[in-house]
Amino acid sequence: MSVGRKMVYHVNVNLLGRAVLRWHRLKAERRGGAPRGWKQEYLAPPLSISPRTKELISRHYLAGRYAHLGRKVAWVTSGAPVELLKALDYYVLYPENHAAVCGTVRACVEISGEAENAGYSRDLCSYARTDIGSALSGKTPVGKLPKPDLLLACTNICQTVLAWYRVLAQHFRVPLILIDTPFLFGEASEHVITYVRRQLEEAVPVAETVAGKRFVERRFEEVTQRSRMASQLWLEILERNHHQPAPLSVFDQFIQMAPIVEMRGDGFTVDFYAALLREVDQRIAQGVGAVTKEKRRLLWDNLPVWYRLRYLAEFLAERGVAVVASTYTNAWGELAPMMDVNRPWDSMVRTYLHPILNRGTGHKLATMIRMIEQYELDGAILHSDRSCKPYSIGQMDQRDHLVRECGRPALLLEADHNDPRSYAEEQVANRLDAFLEMLGV
Amino acid sequence: MSHAVRGLGIDVGSTTAKMVAVGSNAEMIWHWLEPAEPRVEEQVARFLDKAAAALGPLSGIPSVATGYGRGLVPAMRRVTEITCHARGVYREFAVGVTLVDIGGQDSKVIRVGSRGETADFSMNDKCAAGTGRFLEVIAQRLAVPLERLGPIALGTSEEVAISSTCTVFAESEVISLIARGVAVGAILRGLHRALVKRVVAMIRTVGLVAPLVLSGGGACNPAICQLLAEETGMAVHLPRHPQLVGAHGAALIALEKDAD
Repeated sequence: MSVGRKMVYHVNVNLLGRAVLRWHRLKAERRGGAPRGWKQEYLAPPLSISPRTKELISRHYLAGRYAHLGRKVAWVTSGAPVELLKALDYYVLYPENHAAVCGTVRACVEISGEAENAGYSRDLCSYARTDIGSALSGKTPVGKLPKPDLLLACTNICQTVLAWYRVLAQHFRVPLILIDTPFLFGEASEHVITYVRRQLEEAVPVAETVAGKRFVERRFEEVTQRSRMASQLWLEILERNHHQPAPLSVFDQFIQMAPIVEMRGDGFTVDFYAALLREVDQRIAQGVGAVTKEKRRLLWDNLPVWYRLRYLAEFLAERGVAVVASTYTNAWGELAPMMDVNRPWDSMVRTYLHPILNRGTGHKLATMIRMIEQYELDGAILHSDRSCKPYSIGQMDQRDHLVRECGRPALLLEADHNDPRSYAEEQVANRLDAFLEMLGV
Repeated sequence: MSHAVRGLGIDVGSTTAKMVAVGSNAEMIWHWLEPAEPRVEEQVARFLDKAAAALGPLSGIPSVATGYGRGLVPAMRRVTEITCHARGVYREFAVGVTLVDIGGQDSKVIRVGSRGETADFSMNDKCAAGTGRFLEVIAQRLAVPLERLGPIALGTSEEVAISSTCTVFAESEVISLIARGVAVGAILRGLHRALVKRVVAMIRTVGLVAPLVLSGGGACNPAICQLLAEETGMAVHLPRHPQLVGAHGAALIALEKDAD
């Protein structure tokens, strides 16, 4: 890497870019208050950390835009053992997060249309379609995505990633590291642990070759430590919702979870969540609830409906319903206790074997029941996500169990996390209204 | 007029619009039903005129609107069809029931608890199969009047299996069956079976608890009643006015709110 290229990277990303984004953040913080149209009568004012969240995400994509001037780029799945790559100073891009950004700004239909036009079925995951569509067309709402030098896919979230990342590997002609994490129906056997550990160890020389750097164990431990700290803080933030009224709705969490997914292992991510925890504690001290008149508390299962986040937040808040816990946001916190900086390899194996989607449907049900008890919830909304089959399978039985065995009303809501063509607002509103009437609100 | 009106319920569905007036003892004292029109506000205004002509001035009478068009009805309150149907059916049967409502645009199954509360419910997904629209489309294709579908289906013991659960695909299947010379009665019986099986799958999601009650336009079709009983192995009960359960429930809620 030449000194000149590094200088350009440094000036664009660290000096000019950061300064501009910082100025935008300061301006937003100074302006303060709620954006136009904010439903103040039933929603708490926006979190004051929000401009910082936006700054972090923008900085992340800005660094990506210029990444090839100074760093190697890896594209990874959301449940990938990213600490290995961070230790080698890769710029890490999460296509799923990028797809969620596309979903939030309602660009999914256009971008995934590029993949559909190329022959990819609409029955495929809308994240995969959005990502492949973006790779084929270059379309993105974040400016420009860096091409990968390396791909890392881990099967602990779904099997779609197997085919998805092979498509990317062929398209970009770059190496693909695949970490196969056998599905856990109960405890992970020694054989499974050894199997995954060997794959991780074998991944290192490939990542080293592409990076042109030596893997340093101490660096790996440092990154693992920061991942653990950030995940722990995220878990603490979520658990503050045991408090009534809940300080942070899951709709807030869906936004604020971006750094724990795509910036896990970075020092500033730890600082960010420490600051968010302070703000949440401040809300509790002041008696501020995310929903101003919290009458009922619900659980959300599955991914968000990215393109209707605000609509759903307002719809529910207007009726005094706070959605305070979610199996989805919890997934990035619940594994924190498994991360052990003194045994980074073993802990990495355990951490990445145990995401909720790599375990049986009974485990998810048990998680939901535990959350219902701990957060004192009145019912549950189970988003039946057309795109995410591993998350949605078993929901009918889980719903029945919650209703019949736990005595909690539960609603199966059909939608898709990214593709609005699989979402019918009139029907969603009608079902939600009926469900809330059943809850007595 | 012997009864003073104390509550009005207006149910604007996708196929029919209904209005019910109740007296102080929650008894139904007047009702009206006609095909739904695209201009909901105008139709409801006309309903109110008819009601006023029959019952006297309605100003100050509490009203509740339900159904898909409820947002366009000038009512005191808007309540979903689920809650209104639960209220209406409980008023008539006074016990917990499993209510199957087959409407024009959607079908729903409501488990009504022993105190009349909605214990659980299920609605058809984003698909017209399992709703009245399914039969309307087929009736049109076969050039059979809607009200004759059930009797023709029951008039034969022959039945062909309709493999598709999608309305559009079922229609193509029907066309090919006709082309093969299959009798209309056998086709219709098979179609009713397909619809009922889909509804039974919905019933299973909320759990079937006796007695089983059928309401909505689908309850006017004898083949649906008979096949539903066959498929569930349970007697099917019909309300006095199957299509007015929702509007009656809405009127009852209006009455309760007035009492509050």
